[in-house]
Amino acid sequence: MKILVIEDDREAAEYIRKAFDEAGHTADIAGDGESGYAMAEGGAYDVLVVDRMLPRRDGLSVISQLRTGGDKTPVLILSALGEVDDRVTGLRAGGDDYLTKPYAFSELLARVEALNRRGASKEVETQYKVGDLELDRLAHTVRRAGREILLQPREFRLLEYLMRHAGQVVTRTMLLENVWDYHFDPQTNVIDVHVSRLRAKIEKEFDTPVLHTVRGAGYMLKGG
Amino acid sequence: MPRLPAIMKTTAARLTALYLVLFTACAVVLVVYMTSLSSRMLVAQTRGTISEEVAGLAGAYRRGGLPHLVRVVEQRARQPGANLYLIADPNGRILSGNVESLEPGVIDNVGWTERPFLYRRYGERSNLLAGEGAGRSDRTPRHSALAMVFKLPNQMLVLVGRDLVEPQRFNDIVRRSMVVALAMMGIGAFLIWFFVGRRALKRIDNLSEASRRIMGGDLNGRLPVSGSGDEFDRLSENLNSMLGRIARLNEGLKQVSDNIAHDLKTPLTRLRNRAESVLGGKRSTREYREALEATIAESDQLIRTFNAILMISRLEAGKSTEATTEVNLAETVRDVVELYEPLAEDQGVVLSASIDDEAVIFGNRELIGQALSNIVDNAIKYSANANDTPQVSVGLKAEGTNVVLSVRDNGPGIPEAERERATERFVRLEESRSMPGAGLGLSLAKAVMMFHHGELLLGDGDPGLEVKMAFPRSGKSK
Repeated sequence: MKILVIEDDREAAEYIRKAFDEAGHTADIAGDGESGYAMAEGGAYDVLVVDRMLPRRDGLSVISQLRTGGDKTPVLILSALGEVDDRVTGLRAGGDDYLTKPYAFSELLARVEALNRRGASKEVETQYKVGDLELDRLAHTVRRAGREILLQPREFRLLEYLMRHAGQVVTRTMLLENVWDYHFDPQTNVIDVHVSRLRAKIEKEFDTPVLHTVRGAGYMLKGG
Repeated sequence: MPRLPAIMKTTAARLTALYLVLFTACAVVLVVYMTSLSSRMLVAQTRGTISEEVAGLAGAYRRGGLPHLVRVVEQRARQPGANLYLIADPNGRILSGNVESLEPGVIDNVGWTERPFLYRRYGERSNLLAGEGAGRSDRTPRHSALAMVFKLPNQMLVLVGRDLVEPQRFNDIVRRSMVVALAMMGIGAFLIWFFVGRRALKRIDNLSEASRRIMGGDLNGRLPVSGSGDEFDRLSENLNSMLGRIARLNEGLKQVSDNIAHDLKTPLTRLRNRAESVLGGKRSTREYREALEATIAESDQLIRTFNAILMISRLEAGKSTEATTEVNLAETVRDVVELYEPLAEDQGVVLSASIDDEAVIFGNRELIGQALSNIVDNAIKYSANANDTPQVSVGLKAEGTNVVLSVRDNGPGIPEAERERATERFVRLEESRSMPGAGLGLSLAKAVMMFHHGELLLGDGDPGLEVKMAFPRSGKSK
């Protein structure tokens, strides 16, 4: 995956670039809004990571100009401002996701990978299949190896989100945002408890685990 | 006397000076116009009188010849305040009349004299107008006058004139009264200056003095309010309330920095010591990995704490940039209870919700959700210490004009004396030192309630603690 990081903090940008490299992606860096726009304009990148406050041109105006020009590359906004309203204005300007500094790189990586996937297939599918685990959105059923598993509505949405991002790391805050629609950082391990309940339901009585815990990052659903 | 340069700097003094200049200019223009107009009128009147006289004298000559004319002239010349009369032979020698001498050349011009001339009358004392011609040892003063000269058929010259002393005196009077009026205006302006300007200056000096004191560090100082309710008082009152607000914000800021210094030092030190101890000896890869993971976990906790502090400060600063929409509180309660239900069950806590009222208020769903989950989180943590079956119940109901979200547990509770302190930042009551957390949950909830113009109340849950989030139904709500 090719990522463009538009970030004026050289040290932070260099660290991000290296970390993306280690995760198997290629990342380019632009130090200000103007050059960032020029590099992004060609549409050569899969995901853009844009800092909100940039020299010469602020991040939001870069994004909205790209959008006006018909560029649909997924954008993740990095921001030092952390209020809810900032998130709203950022997303309204054309951003697809929003991450507040300071953040953990694992969180950034997980979100960027999720965005890339979204860019590839825009439509939400009606059926997901991971290994022998199947989810039907219309019939609202979950089966594993042909056997039906009964889930609570929230567990169903949790599994649906995990299956949509199968093979990718999904962090706890991503789950809280997408399944519960809250953007705060829960104090305790509430999400973990929900995930382990779901895991119990989809893994009990089956030999192979599908829902893996990624230490220090989050969860990943992966077929055997 | 106040310092003049300083008084010149007051608005009142400047306005007074400006008005003074304007009025003076107007008065000067008016006086000049009036005097020139009136002197022109007087000259015209003088000429008319002279013309009449000339006509009369010409008539006298026609009736009785030169002797009659001389008689008439001498008779008229003797009257008090008489005009000037003079009869001269063709060579200019004076034969009769009340004029002793004339400026040379005046008598030779037949017709109107173009401009006033000097003359001397008979019998006048030099003390009447002492300055005039005194240096030339003349016996009598000389006046300026306007005259007409005409030639009799026998070549004799007759001059009829009129003194210009009256119009000149009139002009003098007007000029003098103008000077007096201007002087009075000047004095008046100065008095206004002195009283109004000095008063204003004094009040402003007081204000500046007070603000200098405040700038000098006396942050509790306030500007003087005289109680008269005038514009200075209104200004002072507004500035005072501004100072009050600044002081409160400053206090909050100071508290935050103190807290950061105290409470973040501990985890940072721990972080550092762990790294140091791992580096110190020979360790296996697994040990290194574990140490690094612990470091990351600790850093995450620090970041979380920072974010919470920032959020509280922003909310407390009252910078209401957070979006507000309609929030269905019942839905928020259901969401949060649903979110915490598995966790509660894992810890053996019975979490229940009772929604008496489907209340919709105007606010920020995210903030309310976060505040409520902090409180529920705390309640689950503390009720685990209950003697009975641990229970946490979340309720939503209308109480008077408020909509109240309450979270009640049957844990140890908080003694009444300590409840106020419990919502302060970083305050972790002695009994809770062993629990995880940074002590920011309740202060965040309190800041959220402040943002919603509501209140966070800590009460007795009998046993345990009851935390109430009271939202005003009216006001910001729909």
